[in-house]
Amino acid sequence: MSKAAKSQVERLLALVPYLRERGGVRIDRVAHDFGVTAQQIQDDLNVLWFCGLPGAMPGDLIDVDMDALEGEGVVHVDNTDFLDRPLRLDAHQALALIVALRTLREVAGSGERDAIDRALVKLENAAGDAGAIVDQVEVQIDGADQQVTDTVSSALQHKHRLRMSYFVPARDETTHRDVDPMRLVMAEGHTYLEAWCRRTEDTRMFRLDRVTAAEELDVPADPPPQAQPRDLSEGLFQPAPDDMLATVELVPGARWVADYYPHEGAEDLPDGRLRLRLRVSDPAWLVRLALRLGGQARVVIPSEVAQRVRQEAERALRAYAH
Amino acid sequence: MNLVICLLVARTYVGKAKIREVVQGYHGTSDDAFEKMFERDKDELRELGIPIEVGYVDRAFEDEPGYRIRRQAFELPDIRLDGDEAAVVGLAARVWQHASLAEATSGALVKLRAGGVDVDTSALAVVEPHLAAPDPAFDPLWNAVVTRTAVRFEYRRPHAAPDSEPAVRTLEPWGILSWHGHWYVVGHDRDRDAARMFRLSRVQGKVSKAGRAGSFEVPEGTDIRALAAGLAPDESPAGTATLRVRSGHGFALRRGATSVTPVDDGWDRLEAPFGTVAAMAELVTTHGADVVVESPAELRDAVVARLRDLAGMGAV
Repeated sequence: MSKAAKSQVERLLALVPYLRERGGVRIDRVAHDFGVTAQQIQDDLNVLWFCGLPGAMPGDLIDVDMDALEGEGVVHVDNTDFLDRPLRLDAHQALALIVALRTLREVAGSGERDAIDRALVKLENAAGDAGAIVDQVEVQIDGADQQVTDTVSSALQHKHRLRMSYFVPARDETTHRDVDPMRLVMAEGHTYLEAWCRRTEDTRMFRLDRVTAAEELDVPADPPPQAQPRDLSEGLFQPAPDDMLATVELVPGARWVADYYPHEGAEDLPDGRLRLRLRVSDPAWLVRLALRLGGQARVVIPSEVAQRVRQEAERALRAYAH
Repeated sequence: MNLVICLLVARTYVGKAKIREVVQGYHGTSDDAFEKMFERDKDELRELGIPIEVGYVDRAFEDEPGYRIRRQAFELPDIRLDGDEAAVVGLAARVWQHASLAEATSGALVKLRAGGVDVDTSALAVVEPHLAAPDPAFDPLWNAVVTRTAVRFEYRRPHAAPDSEPAVRTLEPWGILSWHGHWYVVGHDRDRDAARMFRLSRVQGKVSKAGRAGSFEVPEGTDIRALAAGLAPDESPAGTATLRVRSGHGFALRRGATSVTPVDDGWDRLEAPFGTVAAMAELVTTHGADVVVESPAELRDAVVARLRDLAGMGAV
């Protein structure tokens, strides 16, 4: 049995009870539900037709109604009493689905949590032994204030505008703005609100734990047509081509920076330091990173940022001079 | 497929000879070919999670082993989801951005649909959590956790010199977790004979098996999240700092502060608990001239030392 044959057996074992449960189903619908092409389902049915009870007498085999299939494109099977339930979930499937639901739960508003909790109980029961390992995988998401989460979920649900206070760490300031919420996404351990920001007139990702206050306005959200959700398949932080390219040198103790921030290249220097090239959209962010790392990092390029770091350090030192 | 049906409908264990006789696919095969095909099919069905049991066709004789699939172990138990429950399961199907787990989730949905649950995966979502697992070590370690298989891998410590050899670690993986956006594996480190946590992005090269599946037990009552929190650097406060913070700045410090009192128009005074002097000095220095340490002296000295390093960088 090749890999293709194995996945066919797996599909057939689900296909029979699926069709049994539903009576006639259009073949394109079956293909959609199984995530394969209609041709694949057709091929599966051609195999299924030779399957059945041992003995292989005509009355023992599964009956596929080929007339209905060729005529109306509808799949009917009969004589399948011996296979009325699908195979149970294996450990990977149970775990993958349950972890996905728990992740969803962390982000969801109070309204959806209830449905998620009920679904989780049912799935954990149905998973049986396979579900015994569900506690071995955890997904922790840096929590936002529950009240903020609820307000944001409610605004999304009712398509209302939000007024919020948002902390921008790169500039260490709290900003106030009205936004038209588009969706909540969770990626890389944080929850983000993607919204059309009416102040900057652009779509923005707002990290939910940096929203310090949120108020749902009684105004319909009205994101303009150009407000399109960002494609996150390549990761959350996609540097813009016109972001400045910075070079930073890190002593061994600060090499973790390369793990935490996406970068364009890392190069080991003979003295044990690491030279890192990063795309930076806001120079203020790099100034703060350099300050945070103290003497462990040196900004090489751009020199203006290196100079700002020095000047800021000198200014800060003056407070300790007396 | 016919083998599955044959074993599933049998009331008792079916002997090999009988299987060869009734399952069409085995007709007309030589003895050798049949043996090979049968063994291979059996293994592959087990890989699909089909529980094939081995027993004796006739207990009294115990000579010929037979095979069967117990319906109860094979079948998905009855499960009915209400509309809103099915909707959240549909959303969950889009969470994994990682190929093997996205595939496992779709496999689970196919089975649920076959079991009579109508799951809609095309609903427009306003909540879209994504779980990615870009580390090459993710798949082998996930499998090791699921199958309870001890593993061996090379691990680079975060502060190790770049030219030092990575250490080889042997681990009984108890669990895997995403924490602050990164994947970690937690388990019993055999070399150190203690619980340890490893970040997947620091695992180097191949993860190899160091034992058979099911070769260890996860201690009863193990709480992966609590364990991870315990193994992470201690975050309980070691002291309290008194800081002067410019008005409207130092949000991160204000959030952790136990008290904020205005000093004058431009400045507030904060009492802020901290874990380690080094971590607090890092946070304070990040704010440049907007934060000044008043006490304790050791924090003040640490911040001044960092600022001197930064200010002295001109002379290169």
